[in-house]
Amino acid sequence: MKGLADAALLAALAMGSVLGASALPQAGWPRRSPAAAILLWQAFGLAGGLAAVGALVSLGLPGDHLGVAHSLLHLGACFPGAAFRFPVAFGLVSALPALLLVFRMTCLAAGLALLASLCWVLIAASAAALQARRRQRALLALLAHGDPKVPGALVVDYPTAAAYCLPGLRSRIVVLSVGTLELLGRGELAAVLAHEHAHLRERHDLVVLPFTALRRAFPHSAMCAEAHRAVALLVEMLADDRALRGRPTRELVSALVRFGTAGACPAPAGALAAGEGDMAARVARLLQPVRPLPAAASAAVCLAAGLLVAATVALLVV
Amino acid sequence: MEILWETDAPLTVREVSARLTERNLAHTTVMTVLDRLAKKGFAKRQRDGRAWRYCPAATRETYVTELMLTALDQTGDRTAALTRFAQSVSGVEAEVLRDALEVLESNGGGDEGSG
Repeated sequence: MKGLADAALLAALAMGSVLGASALPQAGWPRRSPAAAILLWQAFGLAGGLAAVGALVSLGLPGDHLGVAHSLLHLGACFPGAAFRFPVAFGLVSALPALLLVFRMTCLAAGLALLASLCWVLIAASAAALQARRRQRALLALLAHGDPKVPGALVVDYPTAAAYCLPGLRSRIVVLSVGTLELLGRGELAAVLAHEHAHLRERHDLVVLPFTALRRAFPHSAMCAEAHRAVALLVEMLADDRALRGRPTRELVSALVRFGTAGACPAPAGALAAGEGDMAARVARLLQPVRPLPAAASAAVCLAAGLLVAATVALLVV
Repeated sequence: MEILWETDAPLTVREVSARLTERNLAHTTVMTVLDRLAKKGFAKRQRDGRAWRYCPAATRETYVTELMLTALDQTGDRTAALTRFAQSVSGVEAEVLRDALEVLESNGGGDEGSG
């Protein structure tokens, strides 16, 4: 009954990840150590997904076997021809094995479908992001120009304040609108640039991408939306922290406030609902600096994240 | 591309070269650039005898708007392509932010204790 025990443990891990992920947004400590919190989010996502797939597949595969991953690779051996002929040959007498077989096939199909759809949304989200960035680069090549006020960044003639970065392997671009240059002073611009360069340097886009994919895969799941929002906010806080190194806090805060309240472009209804309160949270965190978690505590968080993923993988392959 | 945007009528490669006086570019270079613009869909071209005539596919403003709408995330299509510095906020949250800025400015340079 190793298969059943595996399935139960994996289901427990999946449930644990879901419970953890639903409790994490209420916790206060993530804003003290965004990096550790991001790692924990990633562990919940990875372990939750793998464990859910693993639990379904191991329910679907009969008997004792060498781990879910191994069984999947030798699917033919797990369902020998006899297993399929057996219920048919014995007709009504063997209704139970037939039902069991249907149940197993259903679980196996559900597990594989979940795995395939998770992989697919990740690929689709990456492709969409790459395509959008390619289009941005092509347009920027035509429209953008440099400006001595913001060395290294591209400037677009547009009156509304906008600042963002285009990550990539070969080219990393920070883009500002003329509206931003007019809105912010020299120090504030430097803070914005430092913030964006932190995003580019640490590839924060790759951190957010799986959560964007998850939200697109389950658009009605409040938890996926919450996870995406929380991770996006933590990434911004992380970049805020990096931007503060060797720079007065007030430059970044006033840049954030001026930017947020410029209000030149009213967004369509509902567009901002996802981020409501996030800007205030970032500003409040900068104005009343919180002490980062003690080293031991953040090490414990990282260890817990590592153990969660390791336990899931171990159950899948052993 | 600027040349094409500045001129109303479709231009041949030779005419574009003539307008690029300050940059002494070879005829073939200009031809390659225009050809690429046409392939990417930024310029449209039509036959005029033995030469192509090029004109912009859309105005500069159209492209700027497209660029910035994606950047400001107002297309409704949320992708993870870009990371923005900040969102614009409204209502109560904007009030909170303005108050924060006022406090900051009245402190005259304020908190150093952030490390």
